[in-house]
Amino acid sequence: MSDIVLKTENLTKHYGGVHALQEANFELRKGEHVAIMGDNGAGKSTFVRQITGVEQRTDGKIWFDGKEVNFAGPIEAREAGIETVFQNLALADDLDVPSNLFLGREKVLFNLGPFSILDRKAMRKATEAALVRTAVKIPNLSSTIRHMSGGQRQCVAIARTATFASKLIIMDEPTAALGVQETAQVENIIRTLKENGEPLILVSHNMRQVFDLVDRIVVFRRGRIVANLRKQDTDGNDIVAYITGAKTGQAELQAA
Amino acid sequence: MRPTEEEDVSQTSHGIGGLSYDAKKRPWPAEFNVFLALVILVGAFELVGRVFLGDSFLFNTRENVSGLFNEQRLQIIILQVSIVGIIAIGVTQVIICGGIDLSSGSIVGATAMIAMSFAQVATVNGNPNPKAMFLAQGWTDLPVIVPLLVAIGCGLFAGLINGLLIAYTRIPPFIATLGMMVTARGIAKWWSKGQPISFPTDSFAAIGKGLMPVVIFISLALLFQLILTYTKYGKHCYAIGSNEDAARMSGIKIANHKVLVYAIAGILAAIAAVVLSSKNLTAQAGMGVMYELDAIAMAVIGGVSLSGGRGSIIGTVIGSLIFGVIISGFTFLRLDAYYQEMVKGVIIVGAVVLDQWRQRRRAIGA
Repeated sequence: MSDIVLKTENLTKHYGGVHALQEANFELRKGEHVAIMGDNGAGKSTFVRQITGVEQRTDGKIWFDGKEVNFAGPIEAREAGIETVFQNLALADDLDVPSNLFLGREKVLFNLGPFSILDRKAMRKATEAALVRTAVKIPNLSSTIRHMSGGQRQCVAIARTATFASKLIIMDEPTAALGVQETAQVENIIRTLKENGEPLILVSHNMRQVFDLVDRIVVFRRGRIVANLRKQDTDGNDIVAYITGAKTGQAELQAA
Repeated sequence: MRPTEEEDVSQTSHGIGGLSYDAKKRPWPAEFNVFLALVILVGAFELVGRVFLGDSFLFNTRENVSGLFNEQRLQIIILQVSIVGIIAIGVTQVIICGGIDLSSGSIVGATAMIAMSFAQVATVNGNPNPKAMFLAQGWTDLPVIVPLLVAIGCGLFAGLINGLLIAYTRIPPFIATLGMMVTARGIAKWWSKGQPISFPTDSFAAIGKGLMPVVIFISLALLFQLILTYTKYGKHCYAIGSNEDAARMSGIKIANHKVLVYAIAGILAAIAAVVLSSKNLTAQAGMGVMYELDAIAMAVIGGVSLSGGRGSIIGTVIGSLIFGVIISGFTFLRLDAYYQEMVKGVIIVGAVVLDQWRQRRRAIGA
């Protein structure tokens, strides 16, 4: 039990009559990278939203870091140590990289309540260190996010999660909007996180990426987890069969 | 790749192919463009003055006065914008935070009336003060701190109502502050049934005497430039105006921050009211009409983006100087005051068009 970072039991979410997520049982161990795959509307993002407190679940239990948790909102989840890279990035365009990294948790020289003096040098140093640690490459720290490419923005968002994280990083399709080289850079960052032993949940549609990066693949279909396979026990065709419903996989689930 | 002091970082950017960042493409700070506009404007008045009037706009041409510049004109330029400039400081931080404040002119009116009532003398030329509001109560010849605190209280109260409405009822700032604009003007008229309130104490009159408005304006501008640049408050203003959802996800308490932003804007309007009524030695219900629009215009001309997230107090100060130069320049050219208003209107719209254009160009460039 002690090496389990996240565990859900019968996690269920209904939107009115729509059963978006049903009885999801999920486990993530320390240092493990797990991919969540599935068709559009299969329940992947719904699952992520329940874990990160963005939405409130209909039923089920969540344990995080050894404790049962009920996050009232994403900020509580973050304070508990779950960092999420959202599809819409959540960066402030007019601020530079250190300001974005430390947004809402600024380092302070003198504490004067809301008028606390910022420790800009320390934040800049810490940002540089974080970028080195995650191997994120940003040419100019003091340029604003507005002037950056999609890949650079994504890198800043990921660097932010990796800076504070945290006990768990969740990425919701981090490369969906990126070009080939930008995608490669983001994947390199994910590999660095793996080397550092930071657990990660990766929501992705990209089969190659998933097989390159993660240890285990969980497939959602119609709101249910239909497969939970170690990478070496499966292949692309197998996963596609689960995603499309050609294989239902109850037997494998029992075994796993 | 250019060698720069951040060479180690820029070198590594080669790894991402076509993504390397070109420092040369970095746009100038908006304040620099605004300052350039100010210089060009002064140059234009200088040129037109030399050619058509044979007189200098900027430089001293009188023999009986020493000095290189026409100091009298420079003083007038900054003096006539400093009171609205104080309001513009508050409006600037509101706009950077993604809001707008239409109530500041009316807050000036109401605050001037109420504060002046606590700053009156008991006797004028040996007779009881004919304009005294609280003669019967004996609230005359009070120490200057009383009207000051009353004024700050009024501004804080109005700003808090603005902020609470915007933060908690989620109505657009335009509507909330429009309501306050109308209400506060009503209060200004109701307070003395439209009568002016006059004859302040000497200590109150000293606040707006001579160049004091300029000193107060510049000190407050410096203070808020530092606050917006170096404090958490400032950083969060830019963050909220830039991407409110991102700010919320980052754990910034948006509602609290907005209440604080509007409260500070209210206090600055109140300070402007004190300086204005002290300078004029009287308070009238119509004081500060249109000041809110002049203040917004100063900010916009100074490069503060109406969509939030961008701008600075320094920009607004330069914007206010552009304002002063236009008014002073038209007087210098002996043109009718009506033209001032027309040109002011054109400049405000032009500044916003320029801002939009700049934003679009950046979006394409990114």
